[in-house]
Amino acid sequence: MSQVLDTPPPTATESAETPAQLAARYGLSVSGARPSLPEYVRQLWARRHFISAFATAKLTAQYAQAKLGQVWQVMTPLLNAAVYYFIFGVLLHTKKGVPDYIPFLVTGVFIWTFTSSSILTGTRAISGNLGLVRALHFPRAALPISFCLQQLQQLLFSMAALLVILLFFGVPVAASWLLAIPALILQFTFNAGVSMIMARLGAKTPDIAQLMPFVLRTWMYISGVMWSIDKLTDQQSGLPSWVAPVLKANPAAVYIDLMRFALIDSFHASQLPPHVWVVATGWALLAGVGGFIYFWKAEETYGRG
Amino acid sequence: MANPNSDQRIPTVICDGVDIVYRVNGTGAGRGSATAALNRMLRRKTAEKAAGVRRVHAVKNVSFTAYKGEAIGLIGTNGSGKSTLLKAVAGLLPVENGAIYTDGQPSLLGVNAALMGDLTGEKNVYLGGLAMGMSREEIKERYQEIVDFSGINDKGDFITLPMRTYSSGMGARLRFSIAAAKDHDVLLIDEALATGDASFRKRSEKRIRELRQHAGTVFLVSHSNASIRDTCERALWLERGVLRMDGPTEEVLEAYEEFTEGSSKPKRPNPKKPKPQKQEPAAAEAPLSS
Repeated sequence: MSQVLDTPPPTATESAETPAQLAARYGLSVSGARPSLPEYVRQLWARRHFISAFATAKLTAQYAQAKLGQVWQVMTPLLNAAVYYFIFGVLLHTKKGVPDYIPFLVTGVFIWTFTSSSILTGTRAISGNLGLVRALHFPRAALPISFCLQQLQQLLFSMAALLVILLFFGVPVAASWLLAIPALILQFTFNAGVSMIMARLGAKTPDIAQLMPFVLRTWMYISGVMWSIDKLTDQQSGLPSWVAPVLKANPAAVYIDLMRFALIDSFHASQLPPHVWVVATGWALLAGVGGFIYFWKAEETYGRG
Repeated sequence: MANPNSDQRIPTVICDGVDIVYRVNGTGAGRGSATAALNRMLRRKTAEKAAGVRRVHAVKNVSFTAYKGEAIGLIGTNGSGKSTLLKAVAGLLPVENGAIYTDGQPSLLGVNAALMGDLTGEKNVYLGGLAMGMSREEIKERYQEIVDFSGINDKGDFITLPMRTYSSGMGARLRFSIAAAKDHDVLLIDEALATGDASFRKRSEKRIRELRQHAGTVFLVSHSNASIRDTCERALWLERGVLRMDGPTEEVLEAYEEFTEGSSKPKRPNPKKPKPQKQEPAAAEAPLSS
């Protein structure tokens, strides 16, 4: 790349000065060069209003043409939960032995949807918005973060629906519900980090977006979204004993179980993996910081034709 | 046309031997496309050619220096690399070789990509302003100005309707108004003048002139020789990605018009005066060198 600032050896041109020297003398900088990491963070912070406005705009634009309008924000997650209940609860009887199965299932589906759609939209955050990237200046990380924020707003609608479901099925209101807030913050950080990683990969190789739904579906089924991973240890044949703990330590399962623990009183702390908050924070930091740096490293290449 | 030597001629944009190459996937130019694609993903750069990636060399070895207070027109036939060069100056497209140095952050005049048709005009004013890096307060301050300038509300309260309901002219006017609301150091305009009806065009030309006074340097890409003549005193002529001529607008436009009229007749290998890239007057008489 030609992002080098140091001056090439002088050549015999019409004036004794090379363009690079002229640029250096007047303090011009290389156009489109990647800013330093602290500078990048500062720029991103300066664009925070754009990030939130873009997320809200995307969210409201989503159902702008529907007759029922924003009602779909709540209807879509509810219908989703109903379909999963029909298949896993009624047809497959996964609910056997899981107390409060419907709250258990719905929490799982909503929390999982938050992560999976964040990652899915993150994958297309750059490649699907090339027009924006090629027209305007802003730290590109604003895009994946904004899409994650949109998913978070979407989740808050779902959570409102979830509260109604919880109360309807007689789950008592408890102080532990407040734990949902730190859990969501950690999950959001994790999602944003993974989105940024996927955004960079997807910008380089758009084909990844075709692959992601399959990866995510596999991830969903092993994360205990509609069934309890605990059941694996009880009765399953031949599965080595390390399988369940490993599955429970995967970030999706951690965040889902944390939320179940916070909201459903029949979901006990004993069902959580050991040191669950440490694991949840670790995943969030690892993905969040790592993803951000990984994304920033390719900042100047986004938008290349 | 005489260059005002009174000011210090501070360079704001320096292009130094710039090459820009697009890579296009999936043109089917390689052998069997699926294996070629796999090949491409696995081997990255080495097998680029064999794997069916077409390289489009859009801008070839372009060098020029733009100074503060200049308005520069970019002319050339379609597909000659004008817009590409602008995007590279804006830092939105990476260069293959060479370098572009700029003073501050040049910005393209245009926010189309950030706007959403499903949102009301009002929300789009905010969204577009934020996307250009304005603060909420700044937008609030200028909101009325933007709406008045666009003339969207002349025929009723349209600003509270979704943008997709606008006629194409109305949409274009609002987009221009939003984009022109911000002052820029180096402003890059890509054929934005040709939108709207006559009265709006007059207003926007006036606004461009204002922007020019605030901005250090203005680049204008246009196919309208008249608007280049009106706004620019210097012109760059790009043809097939090569900078053919660089000089005072009149001279360059004259040669260009001769070329375009000539090329309507079939096959003319060279225009009448095959001028090599002209010595840039600015660089030749650079006062402060050595």
